[in-house]
Amino acid sequence: MKEKGWKEIPIGGLILEPGNAEKYLTGSWRTFRPVVNKEKCTSCLLCWIYCPDDSIIVEDEQMKGFRYEHCKGCGICKNVCPFKAIEMVEESKYQQIEK
Amino acid sequence: MATIEAMTGDEVAAEAMRQINPDVVAAYPITPQTEVVQNFSQSVANGRVKTEMIRVESEHSAMSACVGASAAGVRAMTATCANGLALMWEIVYIAASYRLPIVMAVANRALSGPINIHCDHSDSMGARDSGWIQLYSENCQEVYDNLIQAVKIAEDKSVLLPVMVCFDGFIISHATERVEILDDEKVKNFIGEFKPQYPLLDLNNPVTYGPLDLFDYYFEHKRQQVEAMENAISVIEKVGKEYEKISGRKYELVEKYNLEASDMVIIAAGSTAGTIKATIDELKEKGINVGLLKIRTFRPFPHVQIRDALKDKLCVAVMDRSASFGARGGPIFLEIRSTLYEEKKKPVVVNYIYGLGGRETTVEHIKKVVDNLSKIKKTGKVDRLIDYLGVRE
Amino acid sequence: MPSLKELSHKKELLSRGHRLCPGCGAPIIVRQVLLAADKPVIVACPTGCLEVGTTIYPYTAWKMPWIHCAFENAAATLSGVETAYRALKKQGKIKDDIRFIAFGGDGGTYDIGLQSLSGALERGHRMLYVCYDNEAYMNTGIQRSSASPLGAHTTTTPPGKAIPAGKTESRKNLTEIVAAHNIPYVAQASPGYHMDLMKKVQKALSVDGPSFINVFSPCPRGWRYPAEKTIEIAKLAVLTGFWPLYEVENGKYRITYKPRKKRPLREFLEAQGRFKHLLAEENKPIVERMEKEIESREKELMIRAGEGEK
Repeated sequence: MKEKGWKEIPIGGLILEPGNAEKYLTGSWRTFRPVVNKEKCTSCLLCWIYCPDDSIIVEDEQMKGFRYEHCKGCGICKNVCPFKAIEMVEESKYQQIEK
Repeated sequence: MATIEAMTGDEVAAEAMRQINPDVVAAYPITPQTEVVQNFSQSVANGRVKTEMIRVESEHSAMSACVGASAAGVRAMTATCANGLALMWEIVYIAASYRLPIVMAVANRALSGPINIHCDHSDSMGARDSGWIQLYSENCQEVYDNLIQAVKIAEDKSVLLPVMVCFDGFIISHATERVEILDDEKVKNFIGEFKPQYPLLDLNNPVTYGPLDLFDYYFEHKRQQVEAMENAISVIEKVGKEYEKISGRKYELVEKYNLEASDMVIIAAGSTAGTIKATIDELKEKGINVGLLKIRTFRPFPHVQIRDALKDKLCVAVMDRSASFGARGGPIFLEIRSTLYEEKKKPVVVNYIYGLGGRETTVEHIKKVVDNLSKIKKTGKVDRLIDYLGVRE
Repeated sequence: MPSLKELSHKKELLSRGHRLCPGCGAPIIVRQVLLAADKPVIVACPTGCLEVGTTIYPYTAWKMPWIHCAFENAAATLSGVETAYRALKKQGKIKDDIRFIAFGGDGGTYDIGLQSLSGALERGHRMLYVCYDNEAYMNTGIQRSSASPLGAHTTTTPPGKAIPAGKTESRKNLTEIVAAHNIPYVAQASPGYHMDLMKKVQKALSVDGPSFINVFSPCPRGWRYPAEKTIEIAKLAVLTGFWPLYEVENGKYRITYKPRKKRPLREFLEAQGRFKHLLAEENKPIVERMEKEIESREKELMIRAGEGEK
């Protein structure tokens, strides 16, 4: 983001765009990535209610995966999953594949 | 039709607040401001105002609640002094930096310690870099007039800064004087409706107040504050002119008294300006002429107006009712000297620290100042650049 | 309380992209609290991890109106906002039915903000104050607060040769201090028991006056445990009696969750680096003191809830 001059920004240090933190991608913090096994997942949504980063994708009440652009890889979802449907995989493995 | 009343500074401040009719007042008692809050509370109790009052548990919370209320989008006011102002210090800066047009009455009182309840300007002078506009009042009438003008100055779109209306504790706050009170309707129309720019209560446009502002933007926000303070100069002048139309009383950034008649000038803020006027009148009869330049507006500092007013003057005595320990003189003195620095021809400027902790300053004291100015004028010699008026050796 | 599936349709009010540590308890608590709110809310935060991590200019993670003023004054600031709302409501200038919530850490609530909180509670402002209690000053680097438990290793109470225990004082019981203000609703909760927490939030937001919920907020960095264990520890605290779940509704105490089988405190201590030194022989008396304190608090709570003998 280009840094703006003092005449271009709102006064008082105010931020007028609610929830714009979403533009800040925290996914790069991750060293382990959660991966879901949909055969085991029952969409109980415990991973969702316990996610500190709102990074579980839920559509029509179904767990659909992770928002990797924001997921910090804390592993809480893996830890709370009653069905052991989530595993944490080293990020470097994916980076190799993606290369 | 204006009415004539006999009121103390505190009472007339409360009366101005009643007419301003703020949506929220959050305040905590402290001598000698107490009667402002007491009298205003009676207006609330009697249903004469629409104000919701928050009787907070400290001045820190008073200013915090004002910040919350003002950010929410309503007119918010408070009153304090001395240790109370010191306790809210942190939030005083925050109110200015969030650009909240809060108006606060300050019944100037010496800061502890040792503890003292009487007048000096150490409290508000200490807050001179907080980003608040500061208006100093000479008497009860000015307390009233300044408070009403303060609302309009603070809320001007090009300003949006909080304003302190300062008046000397006890000397003004507890002295009964003749005051002219405008009609309620006139005051109401003069200040108009408050139209907040970014109200927190607007659910359709959610705003974040007070984020963590680091090295990449904090400086820009401070630069905006500097600009707003500069804009305030012309706004204070404009509001003064508008106020004159409804009150018949003239208000400028500084007031000149007998200034043209003499090349000797005394500069002062607050009630001592009145004592100086009385001295000037007395000396005039004896054929001695001296002028007064009263500082009504200390923040923003009206340096252009002061420079012009001091053109061709030979010697100036600056009266400071607070000490700036370790500095070369009191706060007003420093500003005046800095203002004159670029001038090719400038007067000799000396400083008097006076009246600390409520020490009385009389016509006799001022005469001593005038004597000294006359001596400097004659000899061109300055014995003491900074002197302490009325202290025992 | 709606089910998780039903709740999943609600709009999230705290956006992702905030910069709190991975596994932080605070945003989990905030999400749960906001999901439980049915009315529009305005939020205030004192200075602290949550405030710093969610609003690094020019970004904000808050999707509703939000204000931070200073460290010690979230309650006073919010009381100003709430009063302004009441003023405008009275004047007929505002139609919305709004709820006011403060989220403060233990530093901003138990310590430096206690006076401001107490004042706001006494004045009766309709607001919910949620303390996310991570038991130390985490934002400045894990210094002890009056919420830090006995024996905790913080950076200002490090165990050493002369003081092997770490923190030598027991923590302040803030929930009881707040309850002593006789406000309509006070509770203790844990994000590990999300339904319990969310029910409490709904009750708190429905009362016409101040309410307070003290929420146990595990901190992986400060408590030194792997980030994935946040919820596990939030549950262990309850299961060991370290953090009992209860509420005080109009003065009436009720224990809202009773573990079927209490787990030994040791399990809770062993899971966290901040208590590691307590496992040494020399610190046995500290652990015993902790156990005794848990036991007596439990008895006291039972009596207050009318379940125990006097």
